Amino acid sequence: MALRSPSAPKQDVVISTRVDKVGLRPALLRNFRAGLAVVAALIMLLPAVWMSMTAFKSRPDAVSVPPKVFFTPTLEGFVSLLTDRRQLSNTELEDYKQRTDLNWMDKLALKRGQAIIGWSEFPKHLRNSIIISVTSTFLSIFFGVLAAYAFSRFKIPGESDLLFFILSTRMLPPVVVTIPIFLMYRALGLFDTHIGLILLYTAFNLSFAVWLMKGFIDEIPKEYEEAALVDGYTRLQAFRKIVLPQAITGIAATTVFSFIFAWNEYAFALMLTSSAARTAPPSLPSRIGTGGVEWAAIAAGSLLFLIPAIILTFALRKHLLRGVTFGAIRKG
Amino acid sequence: MATIELKQVEKRFGEAYAVKPMDMTINNGDFVVLLGPSGCGKTTTLRMISGLESVSSGIINFNDKDVTWLHPSERDIAFVFQFFALYSHMTCRENIAFPLRASGEEGAEIDRKVKRVAEMLRIEHLLKSRPGGLSGGDQQRVALARALVRKPAAFLMDEPLGALDAEFRETMRAEIKRLHLEQNATTVYVTHDQIEAMAMGDKIVVMSAAEIQQAGTPLEVYYDPANLFVARFIGSPGMNLVEGSYSEGKIKLGDANIYCVPQDWRASLDTTIGTGEVVVGFRPEAVQFSAQGQLGSSVYANDLHGSYSMLHLELIKDNIVNARADRRDRHQMGDSIKFDIDPEQVRFFDPKTEKALQKVAL
Ligand SMILES: Nc1ncnc2c1ncn2[C@@H]1O[C@H](COP(=O)(O)OP(=O)(O)O)[C@@H](O)[C@H]1O
Ligand SMILES: [Mg+2]
Repeated sequence: MALRSPSAPKQDVVISTRVDKVGLRPALLRNFRAGLAVVAALIMLLPAVWMSMTAFKSRPDAVSVPPKVFFTPTLEGFVSLLTDRRQLSNTELEDYKQRTDLNWMDKLALKRGQAIIGWSEFPKHLRNSIIISVTSTFLSIFFGVLAAYAFSRFKIPGESDLLFFILSTRMLPPVVVTIPIFLMYRALGLFDTHIGLILLYTAFNLSFAVWLMKGFIDEIPKEYEEAALVDGYTRLQAFRKIVLPQAITGIAATTVFSFIFAWNEYAFALMLTSSAARTAPPSLPSRIGTGGVEWAAIAAGSLLFLIPAIILTFALRKHLLRGVTFGAIRKG
Repeated sequence: MATIELKQVEKRFGEAYAVKPMDMTINNGDFVVLLGPSGCGKTTTLRMISGLESVSSGIINFNDKDVTWLHPSERDIAFVFQFFALYSHMTCRENIAFPLRASGEEGAEIDRKVKRVAEMLRIEHLLKSRPGGLSGGDQQRVALARALVRKPAAFLMDEPLGALDAEFRETMRAEIKRLHLEQNATTVYVTHDQIEAMAMGDKIVVMSAAEIQQAGTPLEVYYDPANLFVARFIGSPGMNLVEGSYSEGKIKLGDANIYCVPQDWRASLDTTIGTGEVVVGFRPEAVQFSAQGQLGSSVYANDLHGSYSMLHLELIKDNIVNARADRRDRHQMGDSIKFDIDPEQVRFFDPKTEKALQKVAL
C-alpha cells in the first residue's frame, strides 16, 4: 500500500545542492581554471601553430620581418620538400612556359624558375620511419605483453633479478653504446637496414613495455582468468579473451610511448643509416644544406612528421584517458 | 553431478601448511559448507578441488575418478568468486553465455539457456547492461547465473556473499539455498560466518588452523561440538565453557558452586578424567532458572534481543556465562540468580586435549 497521497509531489528529479558547486566564488574559480587551461594550451600549441603556418608560406613570407600572421597560403614548401629540382636556363624557361602537360607541382616550381626532376628522398625516409616505428612498436608490445603476463602470473625462478636485469638495459644513456653498436652492425651487415633499426628500437622499448605492462596486468585480478579456466577455457584462450581486453588501456599507453620513442629517435638513426633505411628525423636537418635555409620546406617536413604521431595518439586517446578502472571486481 | 572425495589432501606454501592432510567426502547433491575463521585454509581447499591450485600431496576423486592433476577446465565445475569476477568488457548476457561458448554450443541454444537462467534469478532486465554499474546484489546474481547456466558436476562458492551488504546477504542466502534445492547439485560453499553456515548447510565442515575440526550436520556441530574450538566458534554467543575440578560425580566451579554431573555422564568422566580439571559446556538456552537451582550467580548485564533477552551471569569471579531468559523477566544488575543446566544439553571437555568427552553407554 502506498501511503503517499495522490496529490503529493513526485520527487523524481534530485538536484545536487553541494555547497561547493554553487554560488559566486566557485563559479569564478571554475572560470579562472578554464582560463588558465586555455592560456597553457596556447603556450604549448603556439610553436606547432607557427610551424604549420610556415609550412604554407612562400619563401619571402617565411623570412619576412616582422613575421607575417596573414599571408596567402601556398604549397611551395611541400613541393620543394618532396621533389628534386634543377634550375632552368632562360631559354628553357621560355620553353617550359609554353608546355601544357605541366601539373600543379611543376607550375609551382616553374614560378621559381625550376623544373622538377623527380621525387626527393624525403617520402622514402618518411616511409622508412613508418615501417620501422610500426614494426618495432608491434614487436615490443607483442613480446612485452607476453613477458609481462608471465612475470605477473607465474612463479619464475629469479623473477626479481630478471626484472631488474631487464630494467637495467635502460640505465645506460643509449648514446654511450652508439660506437660499439655501430661497429657490431657493420660487422653483421645490419648497417643501413630496416631490420637493424627495428631490432634496436624493439630492444630499447621492450624493457619499458615489460615493466609498464606488468603493472597493468598485475592490476587485473587473477580471478578473471581463473573464472575462465574453470568455465572450460585453456590458459591461452583465457589470455586472449579476458586478459587482453582488460589490458587494452595499458596496451594503448605502451603503444603510444613505444611508437613515439621509435618515431622520434635521432642519434642511432643518424649513425646506423645512410640512405636505404634512413628515417625522417635525421633526414630533416640535412635539408639545411647548401643555398640558404628553406624554412617552408623544413616546416612542411616537420608537419608531415608530426601527423602520424598525432593520429595515433588521437586514435588511442579514449584508452589513454580512461585509466585503469576494471569495474566489476572490487578488491577486498 | 558428482561425489567429491579428498584423500589425505594437503597444501604447503613453502614450509607452512595452508591445509594439513585432510579426508573429506562430499556426497552427490549435498550442500556442504566449509566454515572457519579467516586464514584457516578454506579457500585453498576449494581451489584444490577446482584445480586452480595444485595439491602438495593426496588424491582428489570425482565420482571415483582421479582428477588430482586434471586442468580446471576438464573437471566440469563452476566456481563463484567472492568478488564476482565478472568481465567488465562484456555485457551481462555475454558474461553468462561465456561458459557455454567454451563448449562451442549453438547460438540459439545459448540464447535459450541464458534466458532460462536469467528468469530463474530474475535478472532479465540486466542482460544488456555491463556489470560495472550494477549493485553488489545484482552482480552476484549475474555471477550465480554464469555458474548455473551450465549443468556442472559441482558448484564451488568462495564466500559468495562476503562482499554484499548485510541486507542483501539474507536475501541471497535464501536464493542460493532455493537454487540448490531446485537443482540438487553438489555444492561446496565456503564462509567464515557460522550463522550462514548453519542456515545453509546440509553438512558443515568446521576448519581451523589448516585442519578439519569437525564435520557433521548443523545440529551435530551445534549440540555436540567435537572440541573446544567448535564449541566456541559455533553459535552466537558460543557455548558457555566453565572449567572446574572433578571428583566423584561433582565438579567444583570456583569457590561457591558445586555442580552434580548427571548420572549418565559419570562413567565417562570417571574413566577419562578420574580426578582433575574438566570443562563444563552448555548453550545459553540450556540454562533453566529456578529458585532451587544448584548454581548461583549474579547478573552482570542484560541484553534485550527482541523476543528474548540474553543475561550475562557471573558464575565464578570474572567468568561470565550467557543465559537465555524470557524478555519479560526483570533482572537488576547484581541480582543473584539460581539456575540448573538442562541435563540433556550439558557437555564435557578435557582441557588437556580440548576434545569433547563421549557419553559411555551404561
Ligand atoms: N598463494 C599463496 N602463497 C602463500 N601462502 C598462501 C597462498 N594462498 C594462501 N596462503 C596461506 O594459506 C593460508 C590459508 O589461506 P586461505 O585458504 O586463503 O584461507 P581462508 O580462505 O580460510 O581465509 C593462509 O595462511 C594464507 O596466508
Ligand atoms: Mg578465503
